[in-house]
This record gives sequence, C-alpha cells and structure tokens, in this order.
Amino acid sequence: MKNIFAVAGVVIKELYRRKDFYVLFIVTVLICLVMASVNIYNDAKIVRYLKEICLLLVWISSLVIAITTTARQIPAERENRTLLPLLAKPLTRAQLIVGKFVGCWLACGLTLLCFYLFFGALAASREHQWPLLNYFQAAALHWFMLGIVVALALLGSLVFAAPSSNSTICFVVVGGILFVGRHLDQVALTLREPVRTIVYAVYFAVPHLELFDVRDLVIHNWPLIPWLYFSLALLYALGYIAVFLTGACLVFRRKAVN
Amino acid sequence: MRSPRTSLLLLLALLVFCFGLAAQLEPQFQAWPGSRSTGDLFNVMLGDSRRLFANEFFIKADEYYHSGYYPTMFDDNAAFQTTHMAADTGAVNSRNHGDEHGFLGPTRNWIDAFGRHFFPDRHTHLDEGGASDDLSGSENVREILPWLKLSADLDPDNVQTYTVTAFWLRVRMNNPHEADAVLHEGLRHCPDSYDILFELGRLYSENYHDTDRARNVWELGVRKWQKLDPETKKENRLILEQLTIHLARLEEDAGDLPKAIEWFQAAQKVSLTPGVIQQQINRLQFKLGQEFNPLLKPLY
Repeated sequence: MKNIFAVAGVVIKELYRRKDFYVLFIVTVLICLVMASVNIYNDAKIVRYLKEICLLLVWISSLVIAITTTARQIPAERENRTLLPLLAKPLTRAQLIVGKFVGCWLACGLTLLCFYLFFGALAASREHQWPLLNYFQAAALHWFMLGIVVALALLGSLVFAAPSSNSTICFVVVGGILFVGRHLDQVALTLREPVRTIVYAVYFAVPHLELFDVRDLVIHNWPLIPWLYFSLALLYALGYIAVFLTGACLVFRRKAVN
Repeated sequence: MRSPRTSLLLLLALLVFCFGLAAQLEPQFQAWPGSRSTGDLFNVMLGDSRRLFANEFFIKADEYYHSGYYPTMFDDNAAFQTTHMAADTGAVNSRNHGDEHGFLGPTRNWIDAFGRHFFPDRHTHLDEGGASDDLSGSENVREILPWLKLSADLDPDNVQTYTVTAFWLRVRMNNPHEADAVLHEGLRHCPDSYDILFELGRLYSENYHDTDRARNVWELGVRKWQKLDPETKKENRLILEQLTIHLARLEEDAGDLPKAIEWFQAAQKVSLTPGVIQQQINRLQFKLGQEFNPLLKPLY
C-alpha cells in the first residue's frame, strides 16, 4: 500500500505542476461569469441555463484532465527512461499500475472538488439554496465515472503506441457511450443479424457511463436519487474499474519495459 | 541606426495612415451590397443555418418546461410533435397524440430499468410546479426564457417564439412590460403576423385593461388573416377563431351585442365546434331580445 501511495503522490504533484487544470478552470469560470452577466428580460433569478452551461464545462474539463493525464503516465516513464529504475525498486508492476491509477483518480477528485465548489457557489448566488446532498451525489457519481475512464485510459496506454492515439480513442469511446450508450439496444433492434447480436452484446459489455450523468437531476432540482441505487451505481463503477485494472496489469506483466 | 525619435514618428505616421484608411473604407464597406456585416453576429457567423439552431433552442426551452423529461430521437415522440409550452398558450394547433407520460415505454432490460433512476422519469410542467410538484413555484417557468431569447435572436422571423415568450412573461411572470417589448420586437420583424397581434391584444385587454387598443389590434389581426391565400387560411383557422371570439367577448362587455353576435358568427365559420358557438349566439340573441322587452308596453 505504501508503494502504491508513493507512486500516486508523484502523479498528484505532477497535476498541480502542470497548467492543464488551471487553464480549464479559469476558462470555465470566465465563460460562466460572462453567461451570468447576460440580461434576460430583467429577471435576475433565472439560473438553470447557467447551471447547465457550468456543468457541461465541468464535464468536458474533467474528461480532458482525466484522459490526457492518464494517457501519458506510462509512456512518459518509458520515454524518460525512469520506468526501469522505478521497477528496480521494491515495486511490482501491478503496484505501479494501481499507484498510477490511484494518483490519477485522486487528482481527478481534487479537480472535481474545485469545480463543484465553484458550481455550488454560482448556483447559490442565484437560487439562494445549497442542496448539498444532491451535489454530493452528482459529484460522487461523476468521480466514479472518471475512475472507469482513468482505468480505461491506463489500459489503453499499454495497448496503443502513442499517448495521442490513446487519448483520441478514449475520447471517441467515452463520447460514444455517453451519447448513444443508453439507446444501443434500440439501435440493435433496427439492424440485421449478425450485426444485431454484436451491437446487443456491445450494449451489455460496455460500461454505461451515461448512468453517472445526473446533470438533468441537478439542473432541474429533482429529488435525491434513492441511496440504494446510488450505492449500486458506485459498485457498478468499481466492478468496471477492477476489470480494466486487471486487464492493464495482465498486459503490463508481459510488456517489455526497455 | 535610426534614432528612437525617428522610429516613433514612423510608427505615429503608420497609425495615422491606418486610421485614415479605415475611416475611408468603412463607409464604402457599409454601403457595399455584398456586406454581411449587418451588426448581427449570428447572421455573420452562421448564415441561414442559424434557423436550424433556433429550432433546437426552441425545443430546448420545451425540455426545460418539462424539467428535463423529454424524448430523444430514439424515443416515441408522438406526444411531443407540438411543443407543450406553445400548446399551453392556447393559440397553437396541437398535433400531439399518444402518451406524453410514458414515452419511455416499459423497461427493456435491467440496464434500462436501473438507468431510469438517474434521469428525470416523470412528466411535469414548470408552470404546474415542475419536479417538486410545488404549485406555488409556478413562476419557475422563467427558466425557459433564456432559450427562447436565444431562439428569437437566431431566427427573428419565427413568430411563435415571440408569442410564446410574451405569453409566459405576461401570464406567469407578471411582467407585461417585457412581454409588450417582446411583441413589438416581433412586429418589427414580422409586421404581417396576426399571431403577434392576437397576443398583443390579449396583453392590452387582460393586463392593461385598454379595450380600445385591444379591439384595434385584434381587428387588424383579422384583416391580416383575411389577406392570406386560401391554403394558408385553411391551416390557420384556430387563430381566426381565437381573434373573433375575443372580439365578440370584448364587444359583449362593451354592450354592443349586435356586433358581438357578428363576431361569433364569423368565428362559427372557422370553428371545429360550431355548436358551442351557436349556444353563445343564442344566448346573446336572447339577451338582446330581453333588452327591448321594457320598451314593449302592455296593450291592456
């Protein structure tokens, strides 16, 4: 565990040394403030459009940070020739993978904390209420979704040759799941065999990231998600994280590091 | 090597030259018929495709009206052919049919069943309390306004955007002055719109209680409608029915019963329920007869 957290600590330090987060955060804040300054029929209580824009920017920023940070972890160690010395220490390959994952996931958690604090402040400035539990559910689901994405990008970084190709493929896959994942079974019904069976199998195989997108519930002030289903969703995410991390460990075990 | 003073003077000369050139070219550019610089940013950036985006934002407003419970392109949207926020104004022909409460249908599998706990899954309207079912919060309908405003900016020729915006501003937001401004903005872009005139008449009648101006704009609306070609008239009968019925009620309140009967008879010609209007006419004719009764003196 100590080794894992040591590796994770380095990843977190790397995040706050790089400018990605600061740039994305400032851009998000600026866009939201500009949108908030728009006068809509002299009504200062209109807030939902602002919440939607802010959450959209938070989602885009968090995905960019999660994928780009994770995709370059192992390739950067290899390019800098620090991978071999790292593994020469009492650190197994599996510990390195898990350490990188924990670091990236915690880094995403820290960025989400900043983003959601800003979002809460922005919403409260107009709504004069702070539904903390709703925001907690949204942020927690978002963070666990990013866990799946981080694990996927980590596996991709071991399979694909370059971080750029890995990032691109991850963005396409994640975007695809978020946009059509919920409807893949309906799409399958319109297709002919054997494509129908393949698409149907894909529907059940892929992690349904759209489950974790509860922006509409937050924007429109819907009641809390029942805690049982909330917990089940977190377990669902943990299951996929475990699958992708196991895959990454298996691939990395056979990978030449020099 | 030039002295800094020379460089500064050169720079100054260049600035003067640039300013002069810009001042010379600007009026010519504004007068040029091929210029797209009309001051409308959306027009310059998007051209005619902005109408497509305008429609999307109009639908987005309806999605907000339902607090996010809205069919996607994969769902059965028969009950959402006409936006509900427009249909609820009472001035639009609704083409909706089917079940608006259950467009999601029965659950298809465990992922679908599980996923329904993570997005809005209940049909509500913002003016009826929205997601919280709190009827006192009906003014939350204000949340549709940003998308309607954006839609109007993108497609200023879409009449429905102005009438829907004005209706909700007037009825739920109690903001008739903004509604007035929206409708006049609409009239500037669509001067022949009888829909906007109808809504403007309602504003004058119900909010400002100015029956003369209401009568004027509704009568103008009827005249505009009568100039339509027969095919368009057939598709827009509802608005004439609304105009004439409102005029009839206005005349009845003013005590001009023969005029009111005339307007009801005009409404009857285009109405889908002429029987109901006939009852109104009968009622007025009876009332008219009663008015003359005191003049009749008994013979004995």
